[in-house]
Amino acid sequence: MSDILSKISGARLYSSQLHKCTLIPGDGIGPEISAAVQKIFEAAKVPIEWESVDVTPVRGPDGKFGIPQAAIDSINKNKIGLKGPLMTPIGKGHRSLNLALRKEFNLYANVRPCRSLEGYKTLYDNVDVVTIRENTEGEYSGIEHEIVEGVVQSIKLITEEASSRVADFAFEYAQSNNRKKVTAVHKANIMRMSDGLFLRCCREAAQKYPSVKFEERYLDTVCLNMVQDPSQYDVLVMPNLYGDILSDMCAGLVGGLGLTPSGNIGLNGALFESVHGTAPDIAGQDKANPTALLLSAVMMLKHMGLNSHAKIIENAAYETIKEAKYLTGDLGGSAKCSEYTNEICKRVTAQTK
Amino acid sequence: MAGRCILKCVQPKNIIPQIYIRCASTAGLSGFEIQHKTPTIKKVMPIPKAHYGGRHTVTLLPGAGIGPELMSYVKEIFRYAGVPVDFEEIHIDPNSDTNDDLDYAITSIRRNGVALKGNIETRSKDVGVISRNVALRNELDLYVNALHCVSYPGVTNSRQKNIDLVIIRQNTEGEYAMLEHESVPGVVESMKVITRSNSERLARYAFEYARRHGRKKVTTIHKANIMKLSDGLFLETSRKVAKEYPEIALSDMIIDNTCMQLVSNPHQFDVMLTTNLYGSIVSNVVCGLLGGAGLLAGKNYGDHYTVFEPATRNTGASIAGKNIANPIAMLNAAVDMLRHLGHKSHAALIQNAINKTVNAGIITKDLGGASTSRDVIDNILKCIKQAQN
Amino acid sequence: MALLARNICRVFNQAPLKSSARSIHVGATRFAETDVEPDQKLKCTLIPGDGVGPELVVSVQNVFKAANVPVEFEPYFLSEVNPTLSAPLEQVSNSIARNKVCLKGILATPDHSHTGELQTLNMKLRKELDLYSNVVHVKSLPGIKSRHQNVDCVIIREQTEGEYSALEHESVPGVVECLKIVTAKKSQRIAKFAFDYAVKNGRKKVTCVHKANIMKLGDGLFLRSCSEIAKLYPRIQFETMIVDNCTMQMVSNPHQFDVMVTPNLYGNIVDNLASGLVGGAGVVAGASYSPECVVFEPGARHTYSEAVGKNVANPTAMILCSVKLLNHLNLRRHAEQIRDALNRVLNDGKHLTKDLGGQTSTTEFTHAVINNLR
Repeated sequence: MSDILSKISGARLYSSQLHKCTLIPGDGIGPEISAAVQKIFEAAKVPIEWESVDVTPVRGPDGKFGIPQAAIDSINKNKIGLKGPLMTPIGKGHRSLNLALRKEFNLYANVRPCRSLEGYKTLYDNVDVVTIRENTEGEYSGIEHEIVEGVVQSIKLITEEASSRVADFAFEYAQSNNRKKVTAVHKANIMRMSDGLFLRCCREAAQKYPSVKFEERYLDTVCLNMVQDPSQYDVLVMPNLYGDILSDMCAGLVGGLGLTPSGNIGLNGALFESVHGTAPDIAGQDKANPTALLLSAVMMLKHMGLNSHAKIIENAAYETIKEAKYLTGDLGGSAKCSEYTNEICKRVTAQTK
Repeated sequence: MAGRCILKCVQPKNIIPQIYIRCASTAGLSGFEIQHKTPTIKKVMPIPKAHYGGRHTVTLLPGAGIGPELMSYVKEIFRYAGVPVDFEEIHIDPNSDTNDDLDYAITSIRRNGVALKGNIETRSKDVGVISRNVALRNELDLYVNALHCVSYPGVTNSRQKNIDLVIIRQNTEGEYAMLEHESVPGVVESMKVITRSNSERLARYAFEYARRHGRKKVTTIHKANIMKLSDGLFLETSRKVAKEYPEIALSDMIIDNTCMQLVSNPHQFDVMLTTNLYGSIVSNVVCGLLGGAGLLAGKNYGDHYTVFEPATRNTGASIAGKNIANPIAMLNAAVDMLRHLGHKSHAALIQNAINKTVNAGIITKDLGGASTSRDVIDNILKCIKQAQN
Repeated sequence: MALLARNICRVFNQAPLKSSARSIHVGATRFAETDVEPDQKLKCTLIPGDGVGPELVVSVQNVFKAANVPVEFEPYFLSEVNPTLSAPLEQVSNSIARNKVCLKGILATPDHSHTGELQTLNMKLRKELDLYSNVVHVKSLPGIKSRHQNVDCVIIREQTEGEYSALEHESVPGVVECLKIVTAKKSQRIAKFAFDYAVKNGRKKVTCVHKANIMKLGDGLFLRSCSEIAKLYPRIQFETMIVDNCTMQMVSNPHQFDVMVTPNLYGNIVDNLASGLVGGAGVVAGASYSPECVVFEPGARHTYSEAVGKNVANPTAMILCSVKLLNHLNLRRHAEQIRDALNRVLNDGKHLTKDLGGQTSTTEFTHAVINNLR
């Protein structure tokens, strides 16, 4: 267990010297918003050196298309990466790149903070939750088969190892981000053994972190309460499928995937990404909204322990949105991506001085 | 109900039950065996019936003429008696030159399994637009038309009393094959198709019906003295099937003689087994004996679907909307439908109310009474109320 | 055609047509609102359930008494958390099979059963009676303030297979496998149910909620079955949506949904989510159907056990269930009477229970409904 903890905190062992960081700009609007993020980071004088890599699939020795070795090496070396949206080509022989990256770096936890942004009005203005999702097993284990014609059996796999790992991470995250409460989301009343195991792991982890409050809630109760009063939840930890559903739902509460950052924490490194699509229809038109990627980058800074830089950029972004002068099209404004970026840069520079 | 059971015993013809699943029952078979010894086994996945929480959904085709009127009576009575049946009403535009509405109606029957239908009108004279009634029966493979003819004592203008016979009519082929052409100007050929498989399953239905309802005799109606091959095949097949039912007597009679016998001494008949056109003739004759077109109801069965309609297929366009149409036939069809769906108590409730009303002489003009349609319905509602309290 | 029929009916029938919606094709019929109401009482099984269930059931019984509803309840206490008091399942299911209708509170499902059994009592009851389809009609009620207005969607959920199979085992210590079973037969059955529901209730669109992009075989089969059945319904729009996107769309724009058909677990999620949008578990009614029987129960399944005995639970969902029950039993007059009374109380806004931001107790709310019966 201490091994895992050291790995989690291992990512924090960066000092203030220049860090190398892998950047995967992605497809579609990816390059634009990556450039925007880089520009803002430059303005904030973040001690990061980007190492941009291309993950356009290449044909591997097994004949299947996969990530180029160079990209894998880069992340393995730097242990940290930022990734724009990727498009998985449709057709046979293409594995989902996201899935491949997840496998390659053992990204076992997916973290998604959802916060209502002032300035962008939705029906919910008091959302501030973090969903932490187990990312390697559960319903998405991919073990399925057709027993007889017309009867399919899928296996949901829950292991103690993975459950404890993500539970520990959730409490560690809560503690280091000054969060008060961790809620384990489960359905152990129906799936008594599998979700029961997950729940047990969470309870065990909770005992190690007495300063963080712990509660257990049924998945359906969380769904019901979340849309009525999201403020009663803080950090949520859950198995794969529930996390997938709840994290998207929370994103829906605050205005969609264009505003929610996401981070994947793994054994061999951490990868931060924006989870929205590649939006090929507006690519190259300077219309895209870089907020999700920017906030993901901020998450990355926090993960690296560069909290002061993170704070400055985060505040600048929030204020820009709050002021609502330079909003991109998806938020109901008419500003270009570059205008929005410049405005944030201006605020960042003002603060860094 | 019984009809459905019987049909299970009958060889199914290979016709479109929607969902085929290739059944690879491969357990314990080698690759060679699978390839050479098991020809593609097609397993029919029956479409689940529209039967939820004790309620059925049934397709309702009001048709033309007096159809919509009669259907509204049926709905009123069902509602009043609390019958757990919902209708999916589909209107077929009689003037349309395309078959879209009809196709939709057929789709609807496929998914509900059961329909109640008035006579559909086909006004289009376009040769491409086929008779919709016939098309519906063919498309759904409703190969049996069963008609149970019983006298109502209250019907005063009926010529014959105490008739109780069953007509089982081939419903999809024979003269109604709709294969006609003008080979040279002034010469039209019309094809009559009789197949052994259809004749056999119809005969089997007739004998099964007789056995289950305790009937003693089946009479095959034909014209094999003239049409030696086609009607000959029909007759031959019925004789062959009869051997499997030794307790039931089989006789046969030529159609022209049958008509004569029917009007003079109808009591000699028990179950009548007929081809398509002769069935049409015989059933109209019998209905005429009993009191006209507005009294009896017929059932159309296929392997998967059932359609209920008045026995004589007339639109009654001339009396539409005059409040004089006789609702009894359609109501009887509705009662048959309830029985088929298994709602026995509701069927009995409505049936009793109908019988009481007719036998009390509250009947429309066509049966020799003086009541309007409305009066008949009101009295039936009254009888239902009395019976329930 | 419709016009013609209407004209005919004007000529022949001087009786006023009560509802204009029904005037099409009524011909000479009179839709008198006097359905036969049999003198003998109709029987209905009653399962109060756990938590606040018994309190809510009392509330319904009081309303029924006040409205003179000819329904006689056959109460059975069924509970998993109180196994000693619980009536045997067989007895209860026999009663439901006999009466064909049942009004049911929510059964609590503990995380562990004393006997180590994996099936919950709810699952057993559903399996016993083959209550395969759960229908939750989520509709914004008048007078209830919530973030979203005018929500009106129907969620139809398969509830006999899928994740709720109760087939779990620990292959090696620390590794648990849980089987999710999807069959073509049951998938088609529920899809057919959903489309038939849409046809019957004049709905336009059916959305299939799935996760076939990840669970290619299991959810793939469900999706395929739905699209196969959809071919039989050319006049109903068919749409598919991935479950995570669906939840996101649900909270941001719930108006795009009409009828939704889902496998077991996703249905549970969407049900609760949608209930949350219109005011919570206390105001949404649902029903479970088998071919033969119907069990009416609140749409979002929460026992609300923390409020037991405090007299604060909201009986709205239960009363709505009972209204549906009366409609099903062909007692439309009573159903309408009670529904109107309930709507009046809610519209009035003076008597709201705690979950809706008011101060009224359960009994006061019930009294308010009774006083509004007309």
